[in-house]
Amino acid sequence: MSLLVAQDLHKSFGKTHALEGAGLTIRAGEIVAVMGPSGSGKSTLLHCIAGILPPDSGVVRYGDRELTSMSDRERSELRRTDFGFVFQFGQLVPELTCLENVALPLRLSGMKRKDAERAAKDWMAKLEVDGVADQRPGETSGGQGQRVAIARALVTAPKVIFADEPTGALDSLNGERVMHLLTSAARETGAAVVLVTHEARVAAYSDREVVVRDGKARDVEFVR
Amino acid sequence: MAIGHALLGLLEGGPRHGYDLKRAYDERFGHDRPLAYGQVYSTLSRLLKNGLVAEAGVEAGDGPERKRYAITDAGVTDVERWLGTPEKPEPYLQNTLYSKVVLALLSGRSATDVLDTQRAAHLSVMRDLTKRKADGDLADQLICDFALFHLEADLRWLELTAARLDKLAQEVGK
Repeated sequence: MSLLVAQDLHKSFGKTHALEGAGLTIRAGEIVAVMGPSGSGKSTLLHCIAGILPPDSGVVRYGDRELTSMSDRERSELRRTDFGFVFQFGQLVPELTCLENVALPLRLSGMKRKDAERAAKDWMAKLEVDGVADQRPGETSGGQGQRVAIARALVTAPKVIFADEPTGALDSLNGERVMHLLTSAARETGAAVVLVTHEARVAAYSDREVVVRDGKARDVEFVR
Repeated sequence: MAIGHALLGLLEGGPRHGYDLKRAYDERFGHDRPLAYGQVYSTLSRLLKNGLVAEAGVEAGDGPERKRYAITDAGVTDVERWLGTPEKPEPYLQNTLYSKVVLALLSGRSATDVLDTQRAAHLSVMRDLTKRKADGDLADQLICDFALFHLEADLRWLELTAARLDKLAQEVGK
């Protein structure tokens, strides 16, 4: 079943055309790698389909709702309730402990501190970072920080997780651990993952890949 | 690389005799290893027997007569099939992949399709290895990692080539 559908997206930044008719379909529960060279438009595509950036033209549908015709407020609300995000770095609030960071999306949705922190602790244990719960992000290693960020992305039980180069700042071994935990957790909860990466070994954790080149997305099905 | 397919691809540009084909092959693909005459004629006679090329007259000259060969419809279909089928992903494919890309450009076919098809085949094998790693012991993981790093190197070459296709098309067209 199609969960997220983008059609004919165009997006420019000044004279730079980042997207020129890109389209994409994400089905419920699948892990899709969005690949392509630097500057091909893959991160812009992710930001447009996740409702972070409005495209100049084109349509993004999430279930039976049209993201592209929602107000900023409605899109923010949707991002908080249905989407999770993992970026390369700089996503955790440095002043909060790791536990408070993971609990934050639940607190913002109005959940009581005790309940939010209980749920956060469960996810931190699954991602094997419960040992750093009381530390601040600056006191953790890169790999631990990414796993805390994944716990925060998963704590709201999102339908889609958007991950933009989640292992970009990690060495091979930590990158592998992060990808294994991220994809295992997504499969366990049934969340779809849109994974932007230029690394083939990271893309190999996906079910299929979409290639973005010159602002256009291309689906390549490999039939054995 | 299959020399037969390379010769067939070169014949798509028009009939040639054996010597001419050897020269064209060496110029495009034989930088380190030029073809021996014996290889050219034995390959042509196999292609002839299989109906993929046909004799197209004899070129008279001062020396011995030289037969010209032309690609047949079956030969064109064979080239199409070869270009459209990804190579089995394994290390050290660059000669074959490079030849496929050049022949696709020379014949006006999509070199991007050749690269994309190959990428998909490589990633499919990488997915299987990644799954095997998740279920395996340390020995399995190390063996799979070795293959994964080599396949990744191929994929980086595919990406780089895709990014340079316009320039390569210009060079090939010279």
